[in-house]
Amino acid sequence: MTDIDYEDRGSILKPLRALGFLGRPAVTVPLKPRDASENYLGFHVNDWSLCVGCSTCQKVCDNAAISMVKIPELPEDPVKGLRNERPAIDYGRCCWCGLCVDICPTGSLALSREYVHHCREEELDSYFILPDPNGMHQETYPKGWAKTEDADLLDLQRQAMDELPCVQRVDTFTEIVEGYTPDQALIEASRCVQCGMCHDACPTHMQAPEYIRAIWEGDLEQAVREIYRTNPLARVCGRVCTHRCETACSIGRRGEPVAIRWLKRYAMDSLPDDRIREIVLELKPNYLSSRKIAIVGSGPAGLTAAFDLAKQGIDVTIYEAQQEAGGMMRYGIPEYRLPYDHLDADIAAISALGVNIIYNTRIGIDISMADLQHNHDAVVLAIGLQNGRSTRIPGSDHRQVVSAVELLRWQSAGQFLDIPQRAVVIGGGNVAMDAARTLARRQQQEYAQVNVTVCALEDLEHMLADPEEIDEAREEGVTILDSRGPCECVVDEYDKLVALKTYGVISVFDDEGRFAPRYNQDNAQFHDADLIIEAIGQMSDTNILGEELTERLEWYRGRLKVTPDGRTSEPWLWAAGDMVNGPDVVHAIADGHRVASSIDTCLVAEETPA
Amino acid sequence: MRPENYQAVNHPPSNEFELNFGPNHPGIEGNYAFKVKLNGDRVLEAKADAGYLHRGFEKLMEGRLWIQNIALVPRICVPDPAPMEICYSLAVEELGGLEVPERAQWIRVMQLEMSRLAAHLFTFGGHAATTGMYSTMFWGVADRDLILDRFEELTGGRVYSIFNLPGGVRRDIPEGYLSRLGDLLDYLDSRLTDYDDLFFRNQVFVKRARDLGVMSQEQALKWGVTGPNLRATGLPFDVRRDDPYLVYDQLDFDIPTEQAGDALARNLVRRAELQQSIRILRQIIAQLPHIKGPIRCPIPNPLAWQVPAGDSYARVESSKGELGYYVVSTGGEKPYRVHVRGPSSMHAVQVLENLAVGARLEDIAQIMFSLDACPPEVDR
Repeated sequence: MTDIDYEDRGSILKPLRALGFLGRPAVTVPLKPRDASENYLGFHVNDWSLCVGCSTCQKVCDNAAISMVKIPELPEDPVKGLRNERPAIDYGRCCWCGLCVDICPTGSLALSREYVHHCREEELDSYFILPDPNGMHQETYPKGWAKTEDADLLDLQRQAMDELPCVQRVDTFTEIVEGYTPDQALIEASRCVQCGMCHDACPTHMQAPEYIRAIWEGDLEQAVREIYRTNPLARVCGRVCTHRCETACSIGRRGEPVAIRWLKRYAMDSLPDDRIREIVLELKPNYLSSRKIAIVGSGPAGLTAAFDLAKQGIDVTIYEAQQEAGGMMRYGIPEYRLPYDHLDADIAAISALGVNIIYNTRIGIDISMADLQHNHDAVVLAIGLQNGRSTRIPGSDHRQVVSAVELLRWQSAGQFLDIPQRAVVIGGGNVAMDAARTLARRQQQEYAQVNVTVCALEDLEHMLADPEEIDEAREEGVTILDSRGPCECVVDEYDKLVALKTYGVISVFDDEGRFAPRYNQDNAQFHDADLIIEAIGQMSDTNILGEELTERLEWYRGRLKVTPDGRTSEPWLWAAGDMVNGPDVVHAIADGHRVASSIDTCLVAEETPA
Repeated sequence: MRPENYQAVNHPPSNEFELNFGPNHPGIEGNYAFKVKLNGDRVLEAKADAGYLHRGFEKLMEGRLWIQNIALVPRICVPDPAPMEICYSLAVEELGGLEVPERAQWIRVMQLEMSRLAAHLFTFGGHAATTGMYSTMFWGVADRDLILDRFEELTGGRVYSIFNLPGGVRRDIPEGYLSRLGDLLDYLDSRLTDYDDLFFRNQVFVKRARDLGVMSQEQALKWGVTGPNLRATGLPFDVRRDDPYLVYDQLDFDIPTEQAGDALARNLVRRAELQQSIRILRQIIAQLPHIKGPIRCPIPNPLAWQVPAGDSYARVESSKGELGYYVVSTGGEKPYRVHVRGPSSMHAVQVLENLAVGARLEDIAQIMFSLDACPPEVDR
């Protein structure tokens, strides 16, 4: 029971008490809008310099109030993960819940403390606005509901990848990266907001949002299907891709980008090879074309072009100089980064489509370009960059001075038998690290100690190798010296290599930004060496083309001149991959797609009467 | 001039007639209507006529992500939105196996009690207005606005705060918030005697509300009545006490009851609950600073969150009675089905239809306000 005595009618004078209320301030609506609270859910503001146009706000909006509007003046750069689109809000639909703010990957979007807008009937469109940093009416109000640290709806932290600890990896070529467990992969896949920045940034435009979503939904077969739409070498790319997707990932704006590469690897590794081959065979056409295409080189560009053309029912033959297919993927990438069985599985799936690979056949020796032209409708040149560049310093022509690609090729082919006790690597890129870490492993196996020195031209901050490659190489016992310029391979009187002589580097580039290293000759060092490895770049072995064809083709600065489609000046010859676009697996794959589509278009055009 | 084809209709001699009461009627809460059959001004039969809100909340929820529904549910009860968000969150948390941090639970209870205060101020203000006492309504609404100020400070929104998510709350309390809330409670406490003088002891109200819309405890239980309406029939049933959720089991409060079961008793229960809510909030002000920790447990990326398959029922005591959410998930990114057990759907349909019989036309609005029925809960 309540304590109010509602029978009590009180004194007759009681209403006079109400006179006291006369002194109280009246509850009225102020003429000017009062200040809103600090957390207020008012009109949107958007910092255009932070916003990347990822459209995550649009996806979370529960009223479909947000649409993305193209602003041509803004920069657009898929590689950097920038779209020139910005969210526009329809205030006829918005309910000011602020979910767009809490989910914004960049933190550019906020709600302000501005809350008054009125218009005449004919200005109803003014409820559709494109928020910028100054707000709805260009009157800068303070921010209201904005992002706080404990209110983020996104998981900014990446699932850590397990790797072999140093003690276990120093003397073996077992793969270092262990791959995600199903639980890790699910959590990692759930972080994706499906913005598609990765798709735009990827050279071959992989359907990353789609396969990540399929992984999240537990449908790994669908994930593999999505992967094969654009990439027939996904086990390889899931390991060694330069992952431009992750650089562009919008989650990476404030946090760690989604591990797109590892997720691709997870999807490929989770299904048995037989099942993947069945999925690939779904792509096999039920017709055969009368056309025949020859591809020179079975690297990523050649294999991808073959894959695409085989899907069109075209008879494709790849001519490979080595014993096995894969090109640089096999003979350039050490096994601890890309185990051969995964590469084999990728190639087997491509072969299953009907691609014929002829091994141990070197163009120019075993078969000539003219033969290829004669027997095929078109020829694709995808020979990559198989020759190492030389420093051309005194002594660099000594037999104990080899190029990194040569060394890595020996290792892959099982021909690297004479292990040097002391080795020096010239170069500071990833290939130099591959060579150094391969040497270190072989030395551990052979002598149970490591003596490998890397002499890089650049200082540590500007070294071209990935920081994790440098760190891991150091862990494995490799000595890395930065700012050392090679000047001589010292050979003793018995014609035996003894050391590399280096100078300290003053600068690598001249004032105009051209490569022109300057050395301090007072700062000379000798690095003892039984083997010197030059890892300063690669070039194409174009001698195979033969003199007559080389004469006919057009060249530009030592490289074959091609159209954007990869077509050379000869109507039957296309070129693709590293020899055209520089060393990178995923660019080579993109190139393979490009030439295949170009060849297909040309052949169809020839068949169709004008 | 009558048209040529005019023919007068001859009604049988009777005082009975049908009247459409609402949906746009100042004595009705929201868009709601009755078809009333009257004899003179006595109600012979009343038929609830719902459906004017036509929002279809439950169906809409099936098409939205789990998290997006948070922006939708408060609209089911405009005057008392916090229980909607929290009850939906509780149901989803049960399905998703989420552990809500303790600090978030205390902040949720704070919202629930603030919302109850605001809703009760609104309701008896509305009831007073149906008897012509507009001052009470003005006071009630003006004081409710002071609570909304605190809601605005906490959540950024005055009416629809959209502040709770499955897993916790979206922001921590601002600096100095609890002391400002304490000041507000002191003020509201001091106003209670004013309200007694103006309304609860006002003979205009007492005489009209007494013996109006009388409901026995048996009837109440049969009709599914909950909340203050049930407690006004003498049964001290309150979800907060009988099936404690959040941290209500750590709070000290009474369950006020009345025996008469009429419109007066229902309002007096609400009047007493104002005091209890103030009491609970004061305990929260004292306790909350000592409860540290996060305000949210992490949930997966809301765009991809798939709540494990299953079903769950969560219930809370809203200002109007037992509010429940029955949520079914098939493991997808959106609910398979959400059913809202709004207390008002019972109060506004079967209870009101029964209680209106025998009442006078001018009292229908009073009965409806005394039941505190909220039409969107019917049209959910």
